[in-house]
Amino acid sequence: MTALLVRGGRVIDPANGLDLPEADVLIADGVIQATGAGLPAGGARVLDAAGLIVAPGFVDLHTHLREPGYEYKETVETGTQAAARGGFTTVCAMPNTDPPADSRSVVDYVLRRAAEAGAVRVLPIGCVTKGRAGKLLAELGGLAEAGCAGFSDDGSPVGDAAIMRRALEYASAFGLPVIDHPEDPQLAGGVMHEGWVSTRLGLRGIPAASEENAIARDVALARQTGGHVHVAHISTAGGVELIRRAKAEGLRVTAEVTPHHLTLTHERVMRGPGHEGGAPLAYDTNAKMYPPLRAPEDVAACVDGLRDGTIDAIATDHAPHAVQEKLCEFDDAAFGIVGLETALPLALQTGLPLARVLEALTIGPVRALGLDRRLPGLGTLSAGAPGDVTVFDPAREWRVEAEALASKGKNTPFLGQTLRGQVIATVSGGEAVFELEKAGA
Amino acid sequence: MTAPRTTEPARVELGRRPDPALGTGPDRGWSRRHVLDLDDFTLDEIELVLDTADAMKEVLARDVPRAPALRGTTIVTLFYEASTRTRASFELAGKVLGADVINLTASGSSIEKGESLIDTARTLRAIGAQVLVMRHPLSGAPYLAAAHCDARVINAGDGWHAHPTQGLLDLYTLRRRLGGLAGKRVVIVGDIAHSRVARSGIWGLTKMGAEVVVCGPPTLLPAGLGAPHAADALPPVTVETDLDKAVCGADAVMALRLQQERMAGGLLPSLREYSRLYQVNEDRMRRAKPGAPVLHPGPMNEGIEISAAVAHGSRSLVEEQVQNGVAVRMALLYLMRGGK
Repeated sequence: MTALLVRGGRVIDPANGLDLPEADVLIADGVIQATGAGLPAGGARVLDAAGLIVAPGFVDLHTHLREPGYEYKETVETGTQAAARGGFTTVCAMPNTDPPADSRSVVDYVLRRAAEAGAVRVLPIGCVTKGRAGKLLAELGGLAEAGCAGFSDDGSPVGDAAIMRRALEYASAFGLPVIDHPEDPQLAGGVMHEGWVSTRLGLRGIPAASEENAIARDVALARQTGGHVHVAHISTAGGVELIRRAKAEGLRVTAEVTPHHLTLTHERVMRGPGHEGGAPLAYDTNAKMYPPLRAPEDVAACVDGLRDGTIDAIATDHAPHAVQEKLCEFDDAAFGIVGLETALPLALQTGLPLARVLEALTIGPVRALGLDRRLPGLGTLSAGAPGDVTVFDPAREWRVEAEALASKGKNTPFLGQTLRGQVIATVSGGEAVFELEKAGA
Repeated sequence: MTAPRTTEPARVELGRRPDPALGTGPDRGWSRRHVLDLDDFTLDEIELVLDTADAMKEVLARDVPRAPALRGTTIVTLFYEASTRTRASFELAGKVLGADVINLTASGSSIEKGESLIDTARTLRAIGAQVLVMRHPLSGAPYLAAAHCDARVINAGDGWHAHPTQGLLDLYTLRRRLGGLAGKRVVIVGDIAHSRVARSGIWGLTKMGAEVVVCGPPTLLPAGLGAPHAADALPPVTVETDLDKAVCGADAVMALRLQQERMAGGLLPSLREYSRLYQVNEDRMRRAKPGAPVLHPGPMNEGIEISAAVAHGSRSLVEEQVQNGVAVRMALLYLMRGGK
């Protein structure tokens, strides 16, 4: 395996409190060897990072790779290529595939596909219940042995509180979290945030209370069981406050937020960019996702929650869909948007300190799920850590073009927009898996 | 009292009526390609439609009600949802004006075979439809058709969202009865949350300068009504849950159809309680201004949201609404003529 020297960048490693204005990172044998100024290149290939930022490879806790079953939407190959393009070197693959990842065999298959075709590391998430049906526990022990990093019925909540309780108790035997998709199915049932926009558009709303009620339940069950609940894609001010209080109480509750819930509001459904003024209402299906884009005060609360550590991680909820699943009536359109390739510029848009943004993309998610127990040093540039490095230019502007996205899914509300902040190179396990120059800028 | 929310005034010559019989009358600056809702209509555009409808009423009163201004125009009515009055009045409006009208419904067409809305719209355009009159159970569907095929689209009702031609015919009917709408108090009663008639009515009435009061049980009032919010929201209305208070001093009352399925999902306890609390009846109408008219978009549930006595009494404008619907739709089709 060739050695790689990432030379002369501003090296930021939030886990180690490092921010070196001009330093090198040496990677060899797949692991970080050293970080510091003026490291000798030796025989290593040199990646020039002058004027760029060098950080640990990003970690996404919430990626839908769609394989097996929905290869027309995305595959392990294309999804991990999208990850590499977005600076992610580890992605947690959500189990709502077909068949769902509720057994060892499916998890083994995903890992085999990752080994064969994956550009970056894939950590599978196993189902909580058999068939994601919410009735009977999946074999969590077997899933843990197969390499699952946590359990989730994502796409659906674990609706039955008693099942959720038992799942938390049982999963604690393996030191793994249950990741809940916080939704009260009785309160939900809509297609966008319930508010003045849904009223104007005549669309069925999903009230904030749907998420808040589910999170309140999960917090109570974390208290009851001592188990670890990780709350997926938080979107409401009330939900953030519940997590804040749970953490103050010392409960094992962690949370993630998506880049789009940090940057867009429900008005985006009605008016896209270029839809200002007298243009017809957009009914933009690329602004349809679960949880829905919320009100401005919810967005502000999510940013505040990320700032003060209530929210541990930025996670993309990368949800690729085929064109025809979005080019249709709003009610009929699939929920979800692709997120891996736009996560960094959106995270930078929050205006949070750079170190905090990078923490939420690296060590934040690692600690949230305890991923470093199996992969020591993951999310850091410590010597001996996995050789995962992301090099980016925080000021470089680029236009989001469907053809340029590595993901099969082109379903993003940012199409055609110019974003600020671009990944220049991604190193995964010591290999340069993405270089903008080679890919064509 | 709410201010009319007009945007920039259109360049129009007020007071000149086009002559549909000639088919060449001046259109006072009409440049609208689609009619999707009243939210983006200017006051001048609304008044142009209503004035043109007056001329169409005259045509309809002729011994032979024909004014072939749209000869050679193909109109397709594409209905994904059942309809009696809207579909029939569009068809008649087109025929009086000499257009060829083709009627399609979801059942019995390729829609049953799973053809997408966009493909259906493009197919109809390809066979020569210049105007697509569309009814759809999902909000926003006509916007999708308008964005993806180059026929002119008239929204004949989409989900809970909008029913602009119903809105226009209600404005027309009210203007004829009340003389004008500025400063008039108009009460809309019933299932506001699920009503496209209410939404388009709120836009149109407020643009005409009326004060709109919406009244219904809180479970049938949508989020964010009447509260201060963004400029892009529905225009401000007065929200009142007590119908006796709402109708006090009203110049007109519009009752909405109650869908019987609202009892499921806990929105209403019973029809009995609904009619007791929210039925528009003679007893309640005595609190309104003397002779205040009552409207209903139909089809009516007599004895539920409206009493039979009011529905068929001297206050009722229900039949006139239906008659005016033809004239208003003729006016729209006429104003949109010539679109390729």
